Amino acid sequence: MNRVEGVAKVTGQARYAYEYPVEGVCHAVAVQADIPRGEIIRVDAREALALPGVLAVLSCEGAPELADTSDYELALFQSRTVAYRGQIVAAVVAETLEIARQAQRLIKVTYRPGEFDVRLTGTHPGLYRPDKVNPAYPTDTGQGDVEAAMAAADSSVDVTYTTPALHNNPMEPHATLALWEDGDLTLYDSIQGVSTGRDSVAKVFGLPPEQVRVHAPHVGGGFGAKGSPRPNAILAAMCARAIRRPVKLAVTRQQMFSFTGYRTPTIQRVRLAADAGGLLTAVAHDVVEQTSRVTEFAEQTAIATRIMYGAPNRGTSHRLARLDVPTPSWMRAPGECPGMYALESAMDELAIECGLDPIELRIRNDPATAPESGKPFSSRNLVACLRAGAERFGWDGRDPRPGIRREGRWLVGTGVAASTYPVYRSPCRATARVGPDGRYTVAVAATDIGTGARTTLTLIAAAALGVPVERVTAEIGDSALPPAPVAGGSMGTGSWGSAVVLACRALRRALDEHAGAVPDTGIEAYGDTAEELAGQQDFARHAFGAQFAEVRVDTGTGEVRVSRLLGVFAAGRIINPKTARSQFIGGMTMGLGMALMEESVMDHEFGDYLNHDFAQYHVPTIADIRDIDAVWIEEDDAHLNPMGSKGIGEIGIVGTAAAIGNAVHHATGRRVRDLPIRIDRLVG
Amino acid sequence: MRPFVYRRATDAQGAVATFEAAPHAMYLGGGTNLVDLMRLGVASPDLLVDVTGLPYDQVEETPGGGLRIGAAVRNSDLAADAAVRRSYPVLSQALLAGASGQLRNLATVGGNLLQRTRCPYFQDVSKPCNKRDPGSGCPAREGEHHNLAIFGHSASCVATHPSDMAVAMAALGAVVHVEGPGGPRRIGMPGLHRLPGDTPERDTVLEPGELIVAVELPALPYAARSRYRKVRERASFAFAVVAVAAALDVADGVVRDCRVALGGVAHVPWRAELLETTLRGAPATRESFVVAAEAEFAQARPLRDNAYKVPLARNVIVGVLEELL
Repeated sequence: MNRVEGVAKVTGQARYAYEYPVEGVCHAVAVQADIPRGEIIRVDAREALALPGVLAVLSCEGAPELADTSDYELALFQSRTVAYRGQIVAAVVAETLEIARQAQRLIKVTYRPGEFDVRLTGTHPGLYRPDKVNPAYPTDTGQGDVEAAMAAADSSVDVTYTTPALHNNPMEPHATLALWEDGDLTLYDSIQGVSTGRDSVAKVFGLPPEQVRVHAPHVGGGFGAKGSPRPNAILAAMCARAIRRPVKLAVTRQQMFSFTGYRTPTIQRVRLAADAGGLLTAVAHDVVEQTSRVTEFAEQTAIATRIMYGAPNRGTSHRLARLDVPTPSWMRAPGECPGMYALESAMDELAIECGLDPIELRIRNDPATAPESGKPFSSRNLVACLRAGAERFGWDGRDPRPGIRREGRWLVGTGVAASTYPVYRSPCRATARVGPDGRYTVAVAATDIGTGARTTLTLIAAAALGVPVERVTAEIGDSALPPAPVAGGSMGTGSWGSAVVLACRALRRALDEHAGAVPDTGIEAYGDTAEELAGQQDFARHAFGAQFAEVRVDTGTGEVRVSRLLGVFAAGRIINPKTARSQFIGGMTMGLGMALMEESVMDHEFGDYLNHDFAQYHVPTIADIRDIDAVWIEEDDAHLNPMGSKGIGEIGIVGTAAAIGNAVHHATGRRVRDLPIRIDRLVG
Repeated sequence: MRPFVYRRATDAQGAVATFEAAPHAMYLGGGTNLVDLMRLGVASPDLLVDVTGLPYDQVEETPGGGLRIGAAVRNSDLAADAAVRRSYPVLSQALLAGASGQLRNLATVGGNLLQRTRCPYFQDVSKPCNKRDPGSGCPAREGEHHNLAIFGHSASCVATHPSDMAVAMAALGAVVHVEGPGGPRRIGMPGLHRLPGDTPERDTVLEPGELIVAVELPALPYAARSRYRKVRERASFAFAVVAVAAALDVADGVVRDCRVALGGVAHVPWRAELLETTLRGAPATRESFVVAAEAEFAQARPLRDNAYKVPLARNVIVGVLEELL
């Protein structure tokens, strides 16, 4: 089904946060710290305030107090501390954006700079063990004796991979329009969750949630960077309250490299041991990553390793270094994405050590139950994905020898890697309503961040109601609607859809009670998944997939071109094939970017991410994406949710970088273990 | 962004006179670089003189068999020009290798020649940069420079010139026509752009108020077989890691003449003169190309993290010359 808001979007009618027309709106611009660590001595705003059209300057000097300062990133101006370069230290509000930006440069902040440390190393003296990893997984796990298994192995690998910091970079920068009316706050915000966003903002301002309303009918991408309110939302509301007028604030692309989150760099040691038959005897995955000095974010990088392959001896661990850097956060498949890059690259290396086809190695080690927890899988079709992909991609008969397929100046190679992502679900409520005109409306505070959620919910409701989709409207993107979880963790459709189905079923029962006659006031029914969720059976619920890449590497220049990319996924029932395919290939495209070009470069002298725009931080262009396809195996899994679906927003990015890296090795014989696989890592 | 005055000029004399009346004037072409720099605070002119309305939007054949390209010709139009495609394919290819379709539709020939480096330190006003703020220092020398210069850099600047078009023009020996307070003059390429030395704030030899009005390509019959090859970190819409513009004239298996210029390696479009001298009169073979390229790179001075550009550029040069055989 086409997107229900597709026409509105392509004709420019769909409004995004910054675009709402409001009478008397003013413009706020943030001023950022240009030291990585220290104390603010003074903020001199006199020159800025003297500029005609400037309405206010906010900073730690005389800042309006916030009720809750537990989230450092949102506790704007509540202390004189600078914890990272790029932190917001002041803001200026003016009649126009131009005046605000002119005034921004006139604000003089003086600092007492402190010693800073922004360099992550595997031997950082400050490495520590966090209590848990995002969101609530055990930090370390282990069983058996990995060392002994390594020593006794017929084949083994002990390799270290690194991934750089990555920035989410959704197309639409974070933006907020804030209005206060009689002590009530309304936000038009570019955010992935309006209910959770409302609660967070209300807490910061010390307001009851019902005094805050968040609208986000259309969001131009998030990839996790908009998973919770970012400083822009708080800042716009603070400025609007200070000047008693509506205020707009759009984060610049450059600022998105400072205070809207990113994926931590990782240093990952993977050890695999196998017996003569290619059966794994040990799997160990030890991760070093960073967090900020002020907030702990512990990426769950090794958790996929806990469920992927069977082996009697195993271990995973996460260690963090607190650095003077912005706090890392969620970025599309936090944990699985960088972790599976390392694990699936190491599996390729082990296959070569064992003399086994990499697909065969994975099939031999596919576990019957979840390896660490022992739980049964609700469904697990990794092997089916690998086999279907091999067939479709033309894998059979692949000559495993690296560096021997030459076409002109190109060396050609193929690679495979597995994908996985957990099935999460959170409690959600929804209403379903029918009017006397026979039109149905389902309402849930979901957000469509470009995924097609509005369309998918329309389909789900129509199916549950047994009516044509043309008669159904899905109302979303407003915190006044029944509360819903965030569009994150690939759990949106599963959580929201379940509530919609319950509401629709209730509506059908109510309609039956009315013998099908709809009164003038209509009929409304309600669904709440809390009880159903609490009663769920204990299964290991995960989606799986297999990704295949064919690459061509220029022998003279080291340029890598991905000539084919195929993903085969097993993710429950696919509700809307059209938007699902976009989710899969969008994730794979992002994975290609991670493999070959995306990299936020830490400037060790100044302590910030140096390449902070799209000319310097490269994401794939259309020309980088040649033959790309995603298909799926339909799963009939009764242990998921009423739709039988697994989340699909993130699994597409998981495994892509490994498949490409493995293909580069097959093409050239060179194993690049540090992403991205840049020209300078292959040339010469 | 600082407030500024915007004026549209209709002829070169008027543009120069308007420019001279303000202390910090700049000419505005397509604005694809200057407007960005103004937003970033890197450039803060108090007056913009828009020169896109000047009557320099034509590509004309010259009596000598060359081409005269108006400075206001848009990059897209120049790339598509039939005479350019026929006689100087290297220039058309270089233009199409640059930026994106949208940017090429706006960008002018004059503006393209005068675009500033994309060195990350230059573009970040919160950090030192000798080019932007003379005397403040060059963090790139010891910092992030994996895509900066290997030739001709100085203690004060290791930036590269970002243009693709200028590399092709440098190879073709283009002549830049300038109007200015001191009257008209001509500047041969290479020669418009300068090495940084201890005054990296000056990208070119242009004097304040001087305005590029045209670029003349001399007749070079063998450039009908010429090529531009750009290596970059993604397939499109990225500045060169290394680029090569080359034309080759071979008779009886011997190189009679050749032109080779490099992009992405220096503060200027780098004409490989040592390579050319070595190659003239040599057998037109891969071995000669390798020897000539090695001669050129003997003078390269790579930085800590960009030595890969030496084998990379050598491989690209040899590859392009072989394709031209």
